[in-house]
Amino acid sequence: MLSAIIALAVLAIIFGLALGYAAVRFKVEGDPLVEKIDSLLPQTQCGQCTFPGCRPYAEAIAKGEADINQCPPGGETTIIALADLLGRDPKPLNPENGEEKPKRVAIIDEQVCIGCTLCIQACPVDAILGAAKHMHTVIEQECTGCDLCVPPCPVDCIDMVEIKPTLSTWKWDFPTSLPEDLANLANRIDNTEPAPSHNAHQAPETTAPAKATKAASGGER
Amino acid sequence: MKEYFLILLSTVLVNNFVLVQFLGLCPFMGVSRKLETATGMALATTFVLTLSSALSYLVNAYILLPLGLEYLKIIAYILVIAVVVQLTEMFVHKTSPILYRVLGIFLPLITTNCAVLGVALLITRQDYSFMQAVTYGLGASIGFSLVLILFAAMRERITVADVPEVFQGPAIALVTAGLMSLAFMGFSGLD
Repeated sequence: MLSAIIALAVLAIIFGLALGYAAVRFKVEGDPLVEKIDSLLPQTQCGQCTFPGCRPYAEAIAKGEADINQCPPGGETTIIALADLLGRDPKPLNPENGEEKPKRVAIIDEQVCIGCTLCIQACPVDAILGAAKHMHTVIEQECTGCDLCVPPCPVDCIDMVEIKPTLSTWKWDFPTSLPEDLANLANRIDNTEPAPSHNAHQAPETTAPAKATKAASGGER
Repeated sequence: MKEYFLILLSTVLVNNFVLVQFLGLCPFMGVSRKLETATGMALATTFVLTLSSALSYLVNAYILLPLGLEYLKIIAYILVIAVVVQLTEMFVHKTSPILYRVLGIFLPLITTNCAVLGVALLITRQDYSFMQAVTYGLGASIGFSLVLILFAAMRERITVADVPEVFQGPAIALVTAGLMSLAFMGFSGLD
């Protein structure tokens, strides 16, 4: 009786020590998932997702507090990348957070600028240079096109200008219509969808419409 | 050398734990929906099974038997298995957070995987030496992994196949598992 108690207690203490050591050795610093999500976000720090920046949004996604469709600057591409990473279904961008726009950059009309520094304080990525009562200007390479500097400007001297594709950035457009075989596949899957969709049937439902929406949205662009 | 090979062959194919002895069926049905998660689960279970069969052998041989406490072996083995699973969980969380998330509840549930406790108890019953016990555990886990990965690959193909409506979902999965089990029963002729 006593030997049984002692034996189990000793065993438990040894295992407890081993686990305690392992807990220190394999300590997870922060959540590595947050890093991966953060690296997929466009880093505009625009706050349109209702979080103060990309990193807080990534943390909220990792905790399951935010949905993956709240990032207008990233648009469809980011949503699909996030859905892939997290194994969830891609869904269209939440219209409450804004709409996907072409990439833009802020330009300050330097003749009009009065040097009030309000836009400098609003800029999340420190892309605006200038000092009080001196003209400001935007470092275009740093500007993420987040629009946050436009509302505070008292003299409306900031314009958001679309970035025209240059020879080095120009890309082929996505095809405007679905390729025939892809469209057929999407139709077939829609039609064969069973009434109560079972778990085993999830794979085709999620992947094929994702491809379809990707191609379709590319066409609108 | 020959006896180790025989132990491996017998645990991997002839007495496969999932399909012939019907142990560890819950992860077999639960995480076999995607090949990727099945592979992760197979690796985690392999690690747990091998390590826990070695540790439980040591606990039995050096603590329980000398003290005449064989009646404590189930609780002692469960303790060993729980600790090994905890270690695995920490390790997976550190090295592959995505896999950790995908495996979800099934990772801590390896503790209650009956194949793990079953292997430990069978090893005690069969009077193996330490190396034989480890080989037995390794063979059992290889058998489990083999069957789990094969089954997951088949289920992935079945999801895109044109299955009759009444068989869709878990029904066809269970039918597939039954057919696989029949096929594995055929290995009993190898003895």
